[in-house]
Amino acid sequence: MNCVALPILIPLVLMIMQIFFRRKIFSQWLGISGSLLLLLSTFYLFGQVTKHGILTLNVGGWPAPYGITLVIDYLSILMLVISAVIIFCISIYAVSFLKTTGEKQRFYIAFYALILGLNGAFITGDVFNLYVWFEVMLISSFVLITLGSSREQLSGGIKYLSLNLIGSLLFLAGIGLLFGKTGTLNMAQLAEILREDDSAILLNTSAMLFFVAFGIKAAIFPLFFWLPASYHTPNITITSLFAGLLTKVGVYTMIRFFTLFFVQDQPFWHNLLLTLAGLTMFIGGSAAIAQYEIRKILSYHIISQIGYMVMGLGIFTPLGLAGGIFFTLHNMIAKTNTFLVSGMVFKLKGNYHLKNIGGLVKESPLLAVLFIIPAFALAGVPPLSGFFAKFILIKAGFEDGHYFVTAVAVFTGLLTLYSMIKIWNEAFLKKSPEDPSHEKDKIKLSLLEVLPSILLGLISLGMGIFASSVFGYTMEAANQLINPSIYIETVLYNQ
Amino acid sequence: MNSVILQIAARYVRWMLLIFALVALIRGHNYPGGGFIGGLLAGLALIYDGFAFDHKRISKKRKINPVGYIGVGLLLIFISLLFGILSGDVLMKGIWISLNLPLLGQLKLGTPFIFDIGVFFVVIGITILFFLSLKRR
Repeated sequence: MNCVALPILIPLVLMIMQIFFRRKIFSQWLGISGSLLLLLSTFYLFGQVTKHGILTLNVGGWPAPYGITLVIDYLSILMLVISAVIIFCISIYAVSFLKTTGEKQRFYIAFYALILGLNGAFITGDVFNLYVWFEVMLISSFVLITLGSSREQLSGGIKYLSLNLIGSLLFLAGIGLLFGKTGTLNMAQLAEILREDDSAILLNTSAMLFFVAFGIKAAIFPLFFWLPASYHTPNITITSLFAGLLTKVGVYTMIRFFTLFFVQDQPFWHNLLLTLAGLTMFIGGSAAIAQYEIRKILSYHIISQIGYMVMGLGIFTPLGLAGGIFFTLHNMIAKTNTFLVSGMVFKLKGNYHLKNIGGLVKESPLLAVLFIIPAFALAGVPPLSGFFAKFILIKAGFEDGHYFVTAVAVFTGLLTLYSMIKIWNEAFLKKSPEDPSHEKDKIKLSLLEVLPSILLGLISLGMGIFASSVFGYTMEAANQLINPSIYIETVLYNQ
Repeated sequence: MNSVILQIAARYVRWMLLIFALVALIRGHNYPGGGFIGGLLAGLALIYDGFAFDHKRISKKRKINPVGYIGVGLLLIFISLLFGILSGDVLMKGIWISLNLPLLGQLKLGTPFIFDIGVFFVVIGITILFFLSLKRR
């Protein structure tokens, strides 16, 4: 049986079950076991992809350019596996960090709706279908942001929704132009038509609309304003989920579109991508330095690190793309983990502001270790995953002669290190500003609370230690992207 | 809002809208209409009371649970997906049967119709949910 649709079907079934069985215990355990099932199914699909190459499924039995085709290649499956890992960890984390029972029940429903949209966006082979999945994601993430329905969350949610709706509008306009020019929206057929076409320069209009739309979703340089305005408002569980997954879908689609069919006029696009990548890195990194709220520092870091992923795309050699994909995978894990740790800091100290907390290294040494791993992974300290990701990117940048943007990347690495050390000094090393004489009862973290962070930390470490095999997979993905003839062949002719 | 005209009209308009909604739903496969439009019309019919009388009337007197509607709709959608697999073909494959009815002539029924009914219920649920949450503020 063809299992390509499993990453969509599992969240759909789970969402339905969450709606019908809303007992407290049940919804929690269903949430965790369901995400475990999703994780296992992505492992199975990963095995299938390594064995058989690109997997396709023509939904409804309509053959390729006419119906919607679901396609899983190396890039899709890597994103699916890593996001399933994050989803599993978040579903455990939600049990202890969401406050009320009602909040938990509504969380799990919207959570699976979000995953439905996310996985759909990763595996679809049709541009309009991609738009639909983006909308599913947008609506469910809006529900998640405003879940606590406090004033602050509503204002953050409205900013998030309105700016992203503009993105969706541009996306739709781009689809219209593309369909008007080519008469198809199947990605493989688009690639077949556009790669042959010399007059494809006309497509720059629709390519630019797509670029701005995905740029808004991915929060790259001039378009990132919604992210710092909204990411610190919801419950920390939801912020961690968004930090790991949402912006990366924008990066994923950008990689997909600009390797598969928007490959005309390469000098212009690659210069634009590299310039914006450099600016995104630098501005995100330096904005983070000015912040004193942990969640805001980390939010600006999300932006800064999107720059590295776009840089991989802008270099556009197999090595550069592989570096960009490696960086994306590493960043999803490490970024989520830092947010999870900041949630635990909040639980112990009751505050996110660096000036009001301190002394955590004595209070909870385990938490200090849990913070050090993702923080140093983000800063790029060997032997953690971030070092190899940055190393590959910088090597690719120098080999292809992009000295300036590579220098910016190295310098931004220092900015990241500075911010991480700032959090470390203020929250962990510094003496606690609270008066020690009337100390509150010490709150201890339970195993269920730290388990997701431990898992993600181990994966960061593992991706560093087994970097060569992870790099092998990302290199496969990059080769598939650079030579899309196999993709086109499999989708269109090899049913 | 307390308007006598609206309250009396509500009795009749509600049923008209519901019938319209059903017509739109059924003709949807080949003509303009379908689950989404039908669902919006039916949702409008159900929240008409909320405009004419009081929003609490929807959830109390009529005992409507919007999330339940969404659940039923999603379940129907999921069931319609499964027919394709159960008949040994791919996911979402449309299965059609045609009935010869004495008065109506030939009637073609297929799994896309179940999908449409699912969409119909999801849209009703979402419409009521939005209405109730906006009214509560």
